[in-house]
Amino acid sequence: MSTPSPKGQLTRDEVAHLAHLSRLAVSDEELDLFAGQLAAVLDAVAQVGKADVADVPPTTHAVPMTNVMRADVARPSLPRDVVLAGAPAAEDDRFRVPRILGEEA
Amino acid sequence: MSADLTTTSAADLSRALQAGDLSSAEVTRAYLDRIAADDGELGAYLHVDAEAAVTSAEAVDAARAAGEELGPLAGVPLALKDVVVTAGVPTTSGSRILEGWRPPYDATLAAKLKAAGTVLLGKTNMDEFAMGSSTENSAYQVTRNPWDRDRIPGGSSGGSSAAVAGGLAPWSIGTDTGGSIRQPAALTGLVGHKPTYGSVSRYGLVAFSSSLDQAGPMARTVLDAALLHEAIAGHDAHDSTSIDCPVPVLAEAARRGAEGELAGLTVGVVRELGGEGHTDGYEDGVLDRFSAAVALLESMGAEVREVSCPAFDLALPAYYLIAPSEASSNLARFDGVRYGLRVGDDGSRDLDEVMALTREQGFGPEVKRRIILGTYALSAGYYDAYYGQAQKVRTLITRDFTSAWDDVDVLVSPTSPTVAWSIGARVDDPIAMYAADLCTLPASLAGVPAISVPCGLSEGLPVGFQIMAPALADDRCYRVAAALEAAQDAARGHRLLDELGAKENTAS
Repeated sequence: MSTPSPKGQLTRDEVAHLAHLSRLAVSDEELDLFAGQLAAVLDAVAQVGKADVADVPPTTHAVPMTNVMRADVARPSLPRDVVLAGAPAAEDDRFRVPRILGEEA
Repeated sequence: MSADLTTTSAADLSRALQAGDLSSAEVTRAYLDRIAADDGELGAYLHVDAEAAVTSAEAVDAARAAGEELGPLAGVPLALKDVVVTAGVPTTSGSRILEGWRPPYDATLAAKLKAAGTVLLGKTNMDEFAMGSSTENSAYQVTRNPWDRDRIPGGSSGGSSAAVAGGLAPWSIGTDTGGSIRQPAALTGLVGHKPTYGSVSRYGLVAFSSSLDQAGPMARTVLDAALLHEAIAGHDAHDSTSIDCPVPVLAEAARRGAEGELAGLTVGVVRELGGEGHTDGYEDGVLDRFSAAVALLESMGAEVREVSCPAFDLALPAYYLIAPSEASSNLARFDGVRYGLRVGDDGSRDLDEVMALTREQGFGPEVKRRIILGTYALSAGYYDAYYGQAQKVRTLITRDFTSAWDDVDVLVSPTSPTVAWSIGARVDDPIAMYAADLCTLPASLAGVPAISVPCGLSEGLPVGFQIMAPALADDRCYRVAAALEAAQDAARGHRLLDELGAKENTAS
């Protein structure tokens, strides 16, 4: 990856890297478009930096979150054929996926 | 009941159905006829199954004829935003990546509404994955505002707002992450309520930003919204963020509010949302309508005072960091493996490449922008400056609300800084689009309930009035909204939406 740019900047190369991390095969035209738009958006959202947040705890959720436990009792799940009916590809009662290792592996 | 079925309130439909003066098949067909006649142009629905609707309506009629005990909503038609997962009924969330998907289960709220005997007319259009404020980010179609068909219906629940305002559904479920129920309701002259976060189950809503998403009612009257809200509220073991508390009493609050007695109520007008020194981006017509509505509340006995919530100024940047961050994580599930689209699986590509091609083709530009922005905000080295900082700003916003509740019972503001804008006007400018959410974001970030109720027209287009209340005090929103609605209806001699009907009749 390219060297991180100063805060508030988002270069075309960085957008390409982020798109790769996000598993988005963006086109060159999209890269040009997004780089400009995202730089403007980042500039706007960077205003959060203006807030004085010394000693302010972060809020992750509007309601206090506690771990929710349920009784360890088996419940019926969706039937396999119903689940696989929505899959883009299925084989032998399983989801079929493209190979997960590269040629050299 | 006959000719005006599609302008009748859901509460009146419910009464007529229970009294046996109306059959569900009759009202369902009336709506299906309107959809057939007008939705080609309006574009409110992504999916309508007329046959299934009539079949379930007839089943309700048969049950009633057989003397079965039915709930008050039985036989009343309904539209659901396409973000709500419905068993066997196509659910796309406005995205190509879910085109053709028929979910194997019902969202909790869909199951509740089904059990209540409501009749599903169809699924309504929306911005893709609820990301947008105009419904123009739908991968499928443009939805038009019934008040002016060259304008947007708001978003992201714009299919729902257009359907209900346009007479193509008596009421509808929307979802609100940053304003997506309230803003489209405001822009189409409807009532829309975002419930307290956690009070309506999120199980089976296609997730956008999990700490913010909340489903709620969109309706033509405050009472209708309250009735629909009561039908979907309540604790759900399938949603770990669901609040375990009794279903709120809202219809009663709406009925009481309509009596117009607000003595003892203290209303805080938020300075930062259109008040002095904070009018940039607000249309004069919107501010005028808003002030007139505040004066009306005062005339009904409410005590009005200005309240300053300085952190609200940073709600927009905080939201546009938090929501994309959560979205970038939530949308990782769309990997082309278990459901939805898969692209490029021709044997020559590995899983990573197929995933990247699938997501490239399946997601639209706004979704990609938000995933990229969210991925950035969560990256090592930037996390503290962006996502972490935004979460702290979220705390400051919550604190502003908390201290306001020491002095006032509700906070009010315009729902949207502007009326509905022209289709296409903001599509190339994400920042201008985001500014539409200025007034609705604080309540979203704090998780407090907020309602939008119409407060008149500006340049012939509806203006919304927002009422925010403390968490779990949704009834206050309904009470004040009903008071305002009743006073305005009495003053003008008819409902605001009747003017839309009159306008359409003049045009045709």
